[in-house]
Amino acid sequence: MKIAIASGKGGTGKTTVSTNLASLLAESEDVVLTDLDVEEPNSGLFISGDKIHEEDKFKMIPKWKKDECILCGNCQKVCNFNAVMKLGKMIMVFPELCHGCYACSELCPTKSLPMIPKKMGELQHFKSGNLDFIESKLIIGEEQAVPLIKQTLDYVDENFPERIIKIFDAPPGTSCPVIEATKDADLILLVTEPTPFGLHDLILAIDTMRELKKDMGVIINRFGIGDTNVEKYCEENNIQIIAKIPNMRKIAEIYSDGNLLYPKISEVKVQLENIISFISEYQQENAL
Amino acid sequence: MKEIVIISGKGGTGKTSITASFAYLGGKEVIVADCDVDAADMHLLMQPDRRESEDFYSGVLAEINQEKCIKCGKCAEVCRWDAIPVIDNKYVVQSLDCEGCGYCALVCPTDAISMNEQNVGNWHISNIKTGTKMVHAKLGVGADNSGKLVAKVKNEAKALAEKEGKEILIVDGSPGIGCPVVSSLSGASYVVLVTEPSVSGIHDLKRVYELVKKFGIRAGCIINKADININKSNEIHSFVKKENINLICEIPYDEDFTKAMTQGKTIVEFDNGKIKQILDESWEKIKKI
Repeated sequence: MKIAIASGKGGTGKTTVSTNLASLLAESEDVVLTDLDVEEPNSGLFISGDKIHEEDKFKMIPKWKKDECILCGNCQKVCNFNAVMKLGKMIMVFPELCHGCYACSELCPTKSLPMIPKKMGELQHFKSGNLDFIESKLIIGEEQAVPLIKQTLDYVDENFPERIIKIFDAPPGTSCPVIEATKDADLILLVTEPTPFGLHDLILAIDTMRELKKDMGVIINRFGIGDTNVEKYCEENNIQIIAKIPNMRKIAEIYSDGNLLYPKISEVKVQLENIISFISEYQQENAL
Repeated sequence: MKEIVIISGKGGTGKTSITASFAYLGGKEVIVADCDVDAADMHLLMQPDRRESEDFYSGVLAEINQEKCIKCGKCAEVCRWDAIPVIDNKYVVQSLDCEGCGYCALVCPTDAISMNEQNVGNWHISNIKTGTKMVHAKLGVGADNSGKLVAKVKNEAKALAEKEGKEILIVDGSPGIGCPVVSSLSGASYVVLVTEPSVSGIHDLKRVYELVKKFGIRAGCIINKADININKSNEIHSFVKKENINLICEIPYDEDFTKAMTQGKTIVEFDNGKIKQILDESWEKIKKI
């Protein structure tokens, strides 16, 4: 079963929920936690384990071989991303703009643009008891997160059986990286906070997940601060609130040191147990 | 004209609340741009009255004309994103998977595939409560190309600032280190990095600063919620010192930020004490840079 932890707004507690939930679940069963926020992955700061695997991740980009090039300019013509340009007697490739579609390469009449790998990030796999933790990090300067997210998801699919619980810490926002990180999930848990910013971005996230036809539940973090509009909205729109993590300065302090919350704060553990019951009911109802 | 971009790497550090405060303090001297188009929130504090709105088109998606399609499958063969599966005996483009490269249209022998421009959102110029204008946008649900919409918002805001003779453009930047933040940073005269003293705050600050360095832009840092973890605050002090980043200010943890937000106010309108003073002084410093 695949569960994506998402949110419209950043900093609402996705990583807190992902790491604490995965660790608590791992006390009694096998769990895979994957950090898909490849631009700014933080889950690893809260999880310790032994590194059992690491690999570089590549995207494919064209490389110009001038010897047989007849400078016909077809490559530039077929590229929709302005990543290949004919400048005088040269063909220039702009790797950061290339989406790796292969059109320029395969449609080149003289095969002068073979595709070569370019490193875009690193994947690491850690193990601690029942918990497998996987994170990928995008190289700074690489602009496209989606290909790395995709390859990380492939790694998880290839290495773990289907029935195991897999938790994905998604990137913030509602644009392409979020879609890539959530489109294959069975269930989406949206983490929000009860503030005007939290509600505004939660609505965007709910709309996005509805577009993807996803089942979802809402987790309110920092419950008690702000106002009650998130609750009202969820009630009116028939979206279940499955947990309310209280607003406590102590939580912010424990988090700031990179520690898990539930071993120290019983109120958090109770809320995580609510999430776990919601997940097992969902699993049973949907035979996952 | 000076372009001041406020970014944070990590979300939830208070970037937008602080940016809105500077926008408030800047009053009529500034033009404001919200480049966090994925989750644009600044309008909730600035009460915009929309004067101009425009749809934004960017990128293309493939569409197959079933009448012209001879089901040869060449399109599906060349697609690197497996975006053209066969459904009910027809080749159908899955819009969420289509990258818009157009390779399928190039190889289609019957010209059955058209590449259509996508409406990915809209952008607005609004009058805001401080007596100036703000450029902001809304990205469509699940839309691609947020980097391009960010660039559009910034360019419109720059043009507006020049037209109205404003000296300063304040930009609320995007999170992360990917294409939207690259678009937010390009052309900036000064970057304000908002962070918090936590393991994640520091981790994300260092990564986003690597990106800022590649652009060669001068940077300053604001530590929000500075008293949550003194050790981590000290770690940030050493980092900014080592990197020659100007430490603009430290703001204590204060739930008044949230209280102000629930009233649709910036913290400098809500609080008359310590925090207002810190932000007043910070704005004076930033303005002079």
